[in-house]
Amino acid sequence: MIAGIPLEYFLIVSTIMFFVGIYGFITRKNLITILMSIELILNSVNINFVAFNKYLYPDNLHGHFFTLFIIAVAASEAAVAIAIIINIYRHYSSIDVENVEKMKY
Amino acid sequence: MEKILALTSNQIMFIIFSAVIVMFSILTVTTRRILRAATYLLFVLVSTSGIYFMLQYQFLAAVQLTLYAGGIVVLIIFSILLTSHINQKFEAVSWKTIAFGTIASILGIVVCITSILQFQFKASTLAIQEINMKIIGRSLLNYGENGFVLPFEVISILLLAAMIAAIIIAKKVKDTKI
Repeated sequence: MIAGIPLEYFLIVSTIMFFVGIYGFITRKNLITILMSIELILNSVNINFVAFNKYLYPDNLHGHFFTLFIIAVAASEAAVAIAIIINIYRHYSSIDVENVEKMKY
Repeated sequence: MEKILALTSNQIMFIIFSAVIVMFSILTVTTRRILRAATYLLFVLVSTSGIYFMLQYQFLAAVQLTLYAGGIVVLIIFSILLTSHINQKFEAVSWKTIAFGTIASILGIVVCITSILQFQFKASTLAIQEINMKIIGRSLLNYGENGFVLPFEVISILLLAAMIAAIIIAKKVKDTKI
């Protein structure tokens, strides 16, 4: 643990980041900005995992490894999502969620 | 005297990182220019890796920098350049959506922070597990206690599947009408 910084501070920062991501997820209409909000949410969860690992269970590394796996999942998710977005753009010439009414072509 | 200085420098670093994270994540979801949103997201991810450095997970911070800040943000910027004009400005979101989104997220923040502050976290005093590349590699391929070989294999299959899926989805469809 770091002297002078209690665990709650990390949790408060990651909570604010998580709900800012939720706000973006609700209000945005562009698919790429929705993807950015999802990255924010995943990142805040990572901060939680790492802080819990360091403060509550410093004798092993479970949070550390799960953060690694979450980063890998986020990377593959972004790759597939961007492939889908580019494909949608080819068909509709737009990536707003309101214009995309059917996913099947 | 020196110890007090060291403590405050740690706290100052934490305050800077968290201020950057909160400010730029709000800017990411509110700015109306899409390329700026991607840049603000980059700032958020870099200062998150700063927090990992503070917690002394150097490997994780390096992975965060290379994979998130170097990989995902570049991917997002490329897809922005492919799908929209650089100077494109979003039309303003209707005030109803903004009001409901703000209410929902502020309610969530209040509920979560009150429940966090009511719980008494007891920081463990156990010895800190030393971490270096050797230990990371050993535990990723270890199938005994504290081993992570199953998620490691699952993640490798997932990455392969995602790679193939991305290529197949994004490849040009041949015109078969002729």
